[in-house]
Amino acid sequence: MRRAMIKSVSDMIRDEGDTSLFLVDIGVWAFRDILRDYPDRAMNIGIFEDGMVSLAAGMALGGIIPTVYGISPFIVERALEQLKLDFAYQKLQGNFITTGASYDFSTLGYSHYCPEDLGVISMIPGFEFIAPGTASEFSRLFEQTHRDGHPTYCRLSDHVNKAGREVGFGKAAVVQTGSRATVIAVSTMLDMVLEAYAGEDVSILYYTTLMPFDRKTLREHYNGGRIFLYEPHYEGTLAHEIYKTFPDRPVQLSCVGVKREILRNYGSKEQNDAYSGMLPEVN
Amino acid sequence: MNLNDKVKQLKLECLELCVHAGVGHVTSAFSCAEIVTLLYYEIMNISKEARVSGDYDRFIMSKNHGSVITYPILADLGYVSYDEIRTFLDNGSRFGIHSKLGIPSVDFAGGALGIGIGVACGMAYAAKQDNKPYKIFCLVGDGECYEGSVWEAAMFAAQNNLNNLIIIIDRNKMAITDYTENMVALEPLMDKWKAFGFEVREVVDGHDFSQLRQAFANDSSKPICIIANTIKGHGVDFLENNLLMHGCAPTGEKAELALRQIGGDK
Repeated sequence: MRRAMIKSVSDMIRDEGDTSLFLVDIGVWAFRDILRDYPDRAMNIGIFEDGMVSLAAGMALGGIIPTVYGISPFIVERALEQLKLDFAYQKLQGNFITTGASYDFSTLGYSHYCPEDLGVISMIPGFEFIAPGTASEFSRLFEQTHRDGHPTYCRLSDHVNKAGREVGFGKAAVVQTGSRATVIAVSTMLDMVLEAYAGEDVSILYYTTLMPFDRKTLREHYNGGRIFLYEPHYEGTLAHEIYKTFPDRPVQLSCVGVKREILRNYGSKEQNDAYSGMLPEVN
Repeated sequence: MNLNDKVKQLKLECLELCVHAGVGHVTSAFSCAEIVTLLYYEIMNISKEARVSGDYDRFIMSKNHGSVITYPILADLGYVSYDEIRTFLDNGSRFGIHSKLGIPSVDFAGGALGIGIGVACGMAYAAKQDNKPYKIFCLVGDGECYEGSVWEAAMFAAQNNLNNLIIIIDRNKMAITDYTENMVALEPLMDKWKAFGFEVREVVDGHDFSQLRQAFANDSSKPICIIANTIKGHGVDFLENNLLMHGCAPTGEKAELALRQIGGDK
């Protein structure tokens, strides 16, 4: 997925003269051609996320569409006030692409984990949040959102689904329909969901746009049974959206995702998934 | 054992941990190996008596990704066992790339750049308020100096005359994937720290114990900033100043070569 991101963003810089790229001192090697050929619009400034987001906002006020690429917690949390005030409040468009979803950087520990990304960004009305599950889905979603007039957060993960799906911004994909339950697979959780529910008479909906949440598709395909929500970030982050989808009826909701606690472990991504009960135990 | 031999031993053990785990910030650890070694074995008062009384000198590794160099030190000094540090990065281990709470002598779990120095300033302030004799040593990466919080903390330190605070800048002139002067340039770095109210001492070769020792020799009426010029990945030719090796551990023959180059005939 990271390679697809580099290609999409590089193409954007080449083809769209009103765009810019800021690196938080990551991806310099991958973007070396762009940094060399377009030094006025593509730059590696240094390790200052909050200041960089403000700089990007200033450029957005000047008519430039900025894209910032950094590590999840340092964009989401260190620069939170800038995302909130400099972009959302000012109604500016910009793209914030991050690597290190949840505990993808499992060797680096809690300071580099960010299972709270959606929860935090969802507190900023007006932000868009996309979480592609494959490289092709990234390309499609980025193409549809990167100059749509809104600030957009994009969550990249190193752990992707096997097959890309026909996804579109703002729209959930209906993977299958059934009668016993409704299963919501968010982003990179789809493969695990497909395996767990193989042969089961359930509806499976696949979400790669998390803000705004596609309530319409859920309403249309809800079969009256229990709803199972599988998220690659903190469990239950989208629960509010599920309940808001059904203001007129009670729903039973079960949530699977990253445990809501300070994660003090290193280990592998799979071991951390197992700890949260997201996978069978891994030795 | 003199410190030159000691640092070789520590770097070997550090490298072995990272090679075994298949990952680790070896270059960042080797950049500051001599600084950290000198602090633990000579400069800081971490005697048993001081530890018991609570008046031991504190060390904050603000550039926390270099922490793996401290693990062999903690084992050598008896804080933890060698067996335990060899669980480095295992599921459930206390020892990861960034040090975390629960490790003896780690007063603050870091990992995010620009955080540790603020905490160090707060600790120094609290110590002064309580007339405590201990000092706070804080190792800051030069790439970390991009973070605005570094300079916010520096202003506070000078305003409050925190002369019990010693900041050491590991000036290897590299950040994560680029050289600092290719990005927004950090220079003139000494002038910046002076302007922020610090007594600035430059160490031309931050891998030379005698030069480092001299920089730590005298107290000051101001907070001290020691800018130690270092080489990222020091001691292994293919790691030195190699932008592509940040956060990596050598593997296979390269690992063997690295072990030989830092003085281990294995």
